[in-house]
Amino acid sequence: MRNAFIEELVTLAHTHDNIALVVGDLGYSVIEPFVDSFPERFVNAGVAEQNMAGLAAGMASEGYHVFTYSIANFPTFRCAEQIRNDIDHHRLPVTTVAVGGGVAYGNLGYSHHAVQDYALMRTMPNMLIAAPGDPAETRACLRHLIDNPGPSYLRLGKAGEPVFHETVPEVEPGQWVPVATEGRDPARVMLSTGAALGAALQRAGNGGHAVYSMPLWSMKTKSQQLAQIRSLDELVTLEDHLIDGGFGSWMAECVIGTPEATKLHPIALSDRVCDMVASQATLNRIGGLAA
Amino acid sequence: MDTHSLSASDFDATVTGETVSEQLHPRIDSRALAAQMRCQALRMVARANASHIGSALSITDIVAVLYSVVLNVDPANPDDPRRDRFLLSKGHACVAVYAALAETGFFPRETLETYGSDGSPLMAHISHHVAGVEFSTGALGHALPFGVGKALAAQRTRQDWRTIVLLSDGECGEGSNWEAFMFAAHHKLDRLTAIIDYNKLQSLGSVADTLGLEPLADKLTAFGWAVREVDGHDHEALAANLRPALWHPGKPQMLIAHTTKGKGVPFMENKVEWHYKSPNAEQLVEALAAIEGASHA
Repeated sequence: MRNAFIEELVTLAHTHDNIALVVGDLGYSVIEPFVDSFPERFVNAGVAEQNMAGLAAGMASEGYHVFTYSIANFPTFRCAEQIRNDIDHHRLPVTTVAVGGGVAYGNLGYSHHAVQDYALMRTMPNMLIAAPGDPAETRACLRHLIDNPGPSYLRLGKAGEPVFHETVPEVEPGQWVPVATEGRDPARVMLSTGAALGAALQRAGNGGHAVYSMPLWSMKTKSQQLAQIRSLDELVTLEDHLIDGGFGSWMAECVIGTPEATKLHPIALSDRVCDMVASQATLNRIGGLAA
Repeated sequence: MDTHSLSASDFDATVTGETVSEQLHPRIDSRALAAQMRCQALRMVARANASHIGSALSITDIVAVLYSVVLNVDPANPDDPRRDRFLLSKGHACVAVYAALAETGFFPRETLETYGSDGSPLMAHISHHVAGVEFSTGALGHALPFGVGKALAAQRTRQDWRTIVLLSDGECGEGSNWEAFMFAAHHKLDRLTAIIDYNKLQSLGSVADTLGLEPLADKLTAFGWAVREVDGHDHEALAANLRPALWHPGKPQMLIAHTTKGKGVPFMENKVEWHYKSPNAEQLVEALAAIEGASHA
């Protein structure tokens, strides 16, 4: 995903001269194509994420669309107040990019696991979450974010993720992107966000649930969900994030107090993963995401 | 060595020995503006039963000099892309800036009367929804990194407008400011000026007893800034140091302004309690009389 991100960002930067990339001293062997092509629009802010987020907001206030880039929780939790006050409250076009969403960094441990990031970012009123399910959705999300500048959070996996879409899909905030629907029960849906798409396809197998991905969602798109759920018998959400404050909880907030609430079955990571040393695959299995 | 105490030889030759208003800006007298700002700030805080009057009085002379003779800003075109960018990091002292903006024509003076009332645009920490305000603050340690981003944008796009950020002394405890100090010097952001309102008091007591900053000038010099110190209530000295945009090529400017919290109202000066208290009717009359008496002296 991170390679699709940088390839697409470089492509878009050729036609959008306001795109800037600000990294927190991370991105070795990833960011070089951008640095080489656009040195005037690249900044390494160093190991100083509060300043990185603040200066990104300042640059954005002068016309740039700034992408801040770092690992897991460093560009979010470490500078949460700068994102809340400087970026989100001022509605500035800064896309916070985190690589290593979920437990992609496996054995590197809890410091490098982003399993509470949705909880933080989705409570900011102007923030659009972009959590692509594969490299093709990564490109689609990036195109959407550039065309619709504003505060956003792009949550990537790492590298080497499988491609689930034959072409770059159409994406819109709050919309469900079909991934595996043919020959499946349209009334029983597995809906994933982010890199949990693989787990959704695995759980659905070759029949039964139709599989959708929702890469773009936000506080503003909650009201769209109820109408889509009304026609279903069952909605299973999947995410590589804790249930607390995550995607399934977001969906539950969309249907709370309605008859549709009983249709919802969120699958998320157990907090057992928060103090375990294991690979991504093992953590996703023990955490209850992967079957 | 860029650090030194202010002396006559440091003054911009064009203003030395003359009043700011005569020499630099015939339209606005900075001292008259400061007196108006103090009175407006006192009335606003008293009417709203609000806090932070001591902080606002501390920066009033700095802000008055900025809006009268330093900043290139136009109330008729507050979003002019060529304007200088002023950021108030200590957003709790907003009444000083709101008063300056109203007194210099950014919005009607009557709007000040809404301060503290429901639906007022004048949030009790500075708000970017107010004409002439670039950036909302309230949480400390935010405006300098934001200003660094603005200054970097100007540098990268070869524009010559200035970014000026006014910080408090207490907020220098925030690590984000020191990240920004490092970044600004590393990237040679010499169109960036920071001012520290060094009134020596913070929320619960003295700066020295809380998280001491000394030797502040030496620290900032070591961080790569061009540093000067000034009496933060001396308009000529403030103007002489703030009007020149560049003190040392390749270095951001830091003006350490030695100030008095509550300046201009004797019973508020150097009293921590006036970080919180609001003057009652009797105290307001006494405070306004002190300001008006001093301005006619």
